[in-house]
Amino acid sequence: MDMNEIKEIFFQECEEQLAELESGLMKLNDGDRDPETVNAVFRAVHSIKGGAGAFGLDDLVSFAHVFETTLDCVRSNKLEPSQDVLKVMLRSADVLADLTNAARDGGKVEETRTRGLVKELEALARGEVLAASAASAEPPAAKPAPAPAPVAAAAKPSPTDDSGFQPIPFSFDDFGGDEPAAATSDPAFEVTFKPRADLYAKGNEAALLLRDLARLGEMSVNCNMDALPRFEDMNPEGAYFWWVATVRTAKGEEGIRSVFEFAEWDCDIEVRGLEENVESDMPMTPVPFDLAILDGDGSLAADEQHHDDHDHDHDHDHAHVAAAAVEAVHTAQAAASVTQAARSAATAAPSAAAAAAAQQANNVAAQAGQTIRVDLDRVDRLINLVGELVINQAMLSQSVVESDNNGASSINMGLEELQQLTREIQDSVMAIRAQPVKPVFQRMSRIVREVADMTGKQIRLITEGENTEVDKTVIDKLAEPLTHMIRNAVDHGVETPEKREAAGKNPEGTVRLSAKHRSGRIIIELSDDGAGINRERVRQKAIDNDLITADANLSDEEIDNLIFAPGFSTAEKLSDISGRGVGMDVVKRSIQALGGRISIQSRPGHGSTFTLSLPLTLAVLDGMVVTVANQTLVVPLTAIVETLQPEADEIHSFGPSQRLISIRNSFCPLVDVGRILDFRPVAADPVEGVALLVESEGGGQRALMVDAIQGQRQVVIKSLEANYTHVPGIAAATILGDGRVALILDVDAVVAASRGQSLKTETALAAAG
Amino acid sequence: MSYTARNLTNGDRELIAFRIGDQEFCVNIMSVREIRGWTPATAMPHSPHYLLGVINLRGAVLPIVDLSARLGMKPAEPSQRHVIIVAQVKNQVAGLLVDAVSDILTVTDDNIQPVPEVSSDLERQYARGIFAIDNRMICMIELDALFPDNMSEAA
Repeated sequence: MDMNEIKEIFFQECEEQLAELESGLMKLNDGDRDPETVNAVFRAVHSIKGGAGAFGLDDLVSFAHVFETTLDCVRSNKLEPSQDVLKVMLRSADVLADLTNAARDGGKVEETRTRGLVKELEALARGEVLAASAASAEPPAAKPAPAPAPVAAAAKPSPTDDSGFQPIPFSFDDFGGDEPAAATSDPAFEVTFKPRADLYAKGNEAALLLRDLARLGEMSVNCNMDALPRFEDMNPEGAYFWWVATVRTAKGEEGIRSVFEFAEWDCDIEVRGLEENVESDMPMTPVPFDLAILDGDGSLAADEQHHDDHDHDHDHDHAHVAAAAVEAVHTAQAAASVTQAARSAATAAPSAAAAAAAQQANNVAAQAGQTIRVDLDRVDRLINLVGELVINQAMLSQSVVESDNNGASSINMGLEELQQLTREIQDSVMAIRAQPVKPVFQRMSRIVREVADMTGKQIRLITEGENTEVDKTVIDKLAEPLTHMIRNAVDHGVETPEKREAAGKNPEGTVRLSAKHRSGRIIIELSDDGAGINRERVRQKAIDNDLITADANLSDEEIDNLIFAPGFSTAEKLSDISGRGVGMDVVKRSIQALGGRISIQSRPGHGSTFTLSLPLTLAVLDGMVVTVANQTLVVPLTAIVETLQPEADEIHSFGPSQRLISIRNSFCPLVDVGRILDFRPVAADPVEGVALLVESEGGGQRALMVDAIQGQRQVVIKSLEANYTHVPGIAAATILGDGRVALILDVDAVVAASRGQSLKTETALAAAG
Repeated sequence: MSYTARNLTNGDRELIAFRIGDQEFCVNIMSVREIRGWTPATAMPHSPHYLLGVINLRGAVLPIVDLSARLGMKPAEPSQRHVIIVAQVKNQVAGLLVDAVSDILTVTDDNIQPVPEVSSDLERQYARGIFAIDNRMICMIELDALFPDNMSEAA
């Protein structure tokens, strides 16, 4: 595993920690005062800082450190997590996420924003809640750029630069008092370690044993080389060195002996307890980090340390970074090494931070048992293979049925079981790709915050059904349209607090985002309690933009749906937030590209609700299998409104070639699929076929003529583009039970073609000839 | 040293020869993935005349090209006796319908003669050389030239 891989894992973990952080802060925001929640938030920031320190991401470390310090005040009940405090913290979480992304992708984060927040966080940590809340009311970017020296220093320095963190007030109450006592309370031992030649012959290594010994506590060691013979007389396999070590450990003699447990037959070990005052007379050359305690008077050294908060902060920080760095890499060993690292770097007493880190390491270790990270490609390959299996099974069944007329044979029974089994395998494999929508929803809460801040509105986002699962691809592609819709809801939907109060509503607006499963699809609802759609304005705008004629007679629903029309934007002035040149038509198109539908209900004065209905997976599709000019095609079921058998008197010619069909007194154009796809030179007689009434982009209905309907089934979607090229009118391909390829119709393209925008006929291969 | 490696060092080429009508052609064996029997293809709308359609190759959708028609000869009437050569063309895989696979040949560059000056554009586009073996004339063709960028990159 190289460094980049470890780094990648760190960033993946960061994402999880950030999610944890955000959900923890949201919980606090909702009035949760459970100390465990505060701890979880603290741990999240702490481990990001630790990991970032290990990779030398200084910007991230310094910001996380300030954030952590403030959180620690909350944790120790010095700072009440009020709404104002949490607002700053949520924004800090956003900045932390930005910094993480910047560290990963090499981007840049607005420095004024970071600096502003650092200032606010520090103010909070100092207990200046009032000042901070006042400051938080104005956007952070508007803060004066020249920050006071300490802030500037804190924003830049490396984690080991003690001057950078000096001005940050930090609480040492947890351990400051008992630490010096702990330093002197551990009994000291003198260990004499004389290895014999056998020790080396058996593959033991004196240095490793001494290193183990050093982990017990503070140690100084002196090597005795008196026994070393002249070079000529030396036996290369002999053992000539021996060591005298002084160890301070709480584990006692037993702990020391246990270090040599596997070597005790091959060496002479002598462990002797030391009186406190004896150590100053030790004639050894101590290892540097113990100088303070061993060279001088023990109690004096401890005393100094007690007074020197600043030094201590430095040490403590070392412990943090070192501990967390280990933790980032060796999750499993973390609990043990954290304590050791903390000990060797600072003092013997476990600090609060080390305890927290250890606890968190335990949590991580516990989680690691439940989930594994798997490369998405591997999962996809498995899904493909299982798709193969399903097809193969169907082919096998079909050929058995064809060759065996006696339907009750045991082969048939076995095949039926096989079919059930393969279905079950397919479902389970699909479930691997299914992920809760939570991450997307969480991202939305940030969008709401940002837009609300920018527009000066008070918005509360309520999310429901975050654990509803859907295919990862759907989730990934959902984020963008959802972001746009949320922006719209906050910017256009919810009114300003003044207007809301005037209308007798709660000045704080509510945006509700919910997800649920319904009949094999996922339904996502986004509702706001704002003003609803201003139909007069929408209508006027549509007339201005030539979308409808001035005298058009439209139902309320039809007017509402106008906002999905291309080139429609109701915002009177283009705002920063939702007026980016992309309208709801783009949202609608991206939802449709996912095989989904979007609809809107709006009540003036009460708000609007957008409903998205999406397939649970993009790998399979419910389709109607039809025959067109002896070819088998699959029409996505979601597009079909109804199917009907046209009667001769319902067909009306219209112009030279068009034909309309009357359905319950409305006329709908007939589109011959075989003709559009060039499968036959002239359109077939509609009376002999079946009409599929479809609804497509733009809301228009068309009756697609096919020759016959074979049935309805779930098909596995196969890419045409992988080995061929995109074919107009065809969305993808699938493989049917008989092993043959069937094409999946692109209903929107076919309908568009019937409107006169002909399918592009010059396919790639044609150009080749 | 393995067979292939020795050939590579000697500048030899290994080729798969196949028959279309009464002519013989060959392609580099390294581009051939497998050879399989004919299975009915699903016609594609708006496809060039030489594209017979697509078939299912263990779950992948594989376009089938009538090589005879592609080379400007009489379109094939696929039957059970026809063979599909599954070949790598750039970063895609395609099936080439031919009458039969006749041989695996090892030739050195010295044996390959340049294509004579002929009027046909197609000949000049795809033919990379000709050589004689046992009184047969075999034309070496370049698959990448048969399917220029557009097939692999249009998607």
